[in-house]
Amino acid sequence: MIDIGLGHYLTLGAIIFSIGVAGIFLNRKNIIVILMSIELILLSVNINLVSFSIFLNDLTGQIFTLFILTVAAAEAAIGLAIIVVYYRNTSDIDVEKIQSLKG
Amino acid sequence: MLAHSLFFYIFAFIAIFSAIMVTASKNTVHSVFFLILDFISVSCLFIMIGAEFLGMIMLIVYVGAVAVLFLFVVMMLNVAQQKKQWFSSTESSKHIPLGFLISVIIFFELIIVVGGWKFKPDVVSSISLSFNDTDISNTHSIGNVLYTDYIHLFQLSGMVLLVAMIGAIVLTFRKRSGLKRQSYFSQISRERSDSVKLIEVESNKGVNIDD
Repeated sequence: MIDIGLGHYLTLGAIIFSIGVAGIFLNRKNIIVILMSIELILLSVNINLVSFSIFLNDLTGQIFTLFILTVAAAEAAIGLAIIVVYYRNTSDIDVEKIQSLKG
Repeated sequence: MLAHSLFFYIFAFIAIFSAIMVTASKNTVHSVFFLILDFISVSCLFIMIGAEFLGMIMLIVYVGAVAVLFLFVVMMLNVAQQKKQWFSSTESSKHIPLGFLISVIIFFELIIVVGGWKFKPDVVSSISLSFNDTDISNTHSIGNVLYTDYIHLFQLSGMVLLVAMIGAIVLTFRKRSGLKRQSYFSQISRERSDSVKLIEVESNKGVNIDD
């Protein structure tokens, strides 16, 4: 318990990943919280990559984390822009009411 | 070592707690704040295990840009207050146990993977590239690799950001109707002959304006 190893970090990443997946499923609110759950999932992936990179002495994991960071920022910007446009058209972003594609 | 593990548990607990609160809090503004707290504690963890550059980049990019963007959108769209009750027993919320089940299954699968790693750790470490240079700092070594071996991926990620920026602007841009703007070109190019006309008005006839 005292010695912090790779397993501790991987477990933390697993817990945050599961919370993010649960947040996508359980959400009964607006879409923005779903986007935040996706950010949580990307964060847990970053935790895994960084801890592997540190404990294996391989810098590639940290480089990949940088690229994941870039993609996450782009994804958040595009997603929020889509939400803004949708809200402008329908003045509501309730998840249950978004069904014009009849999915 | 004791202080290290103590700080690890503190930051890990804060990260897990705030991750739960992101998904569970009723007010969306509160969940954005908990997301910020989550990012801060995870970046503290990164700094603790020696990835200082990524921890700082995490703070700058996520807390400084992404979370503030979320906060901006939440406050602009006026959807902060949640009107519906949590876990209300409508027919649309019957997938909640399914969601719990799926996330628990994913968690245990990940734990199984971690356990396998713990019992036989030399499988992957034998094929990993060694990068053990204690003379230079973390930022220096990342720069050494990022601008040489990964320069094409670096430029491509810049292109991703550019495309995302253009896409966000194009999506949210709109021409508003009913807005009175100055049109300089037509104002300057207006001539006297276009606008003023001299008319000989005959007596008792009047003027037809529509001509």
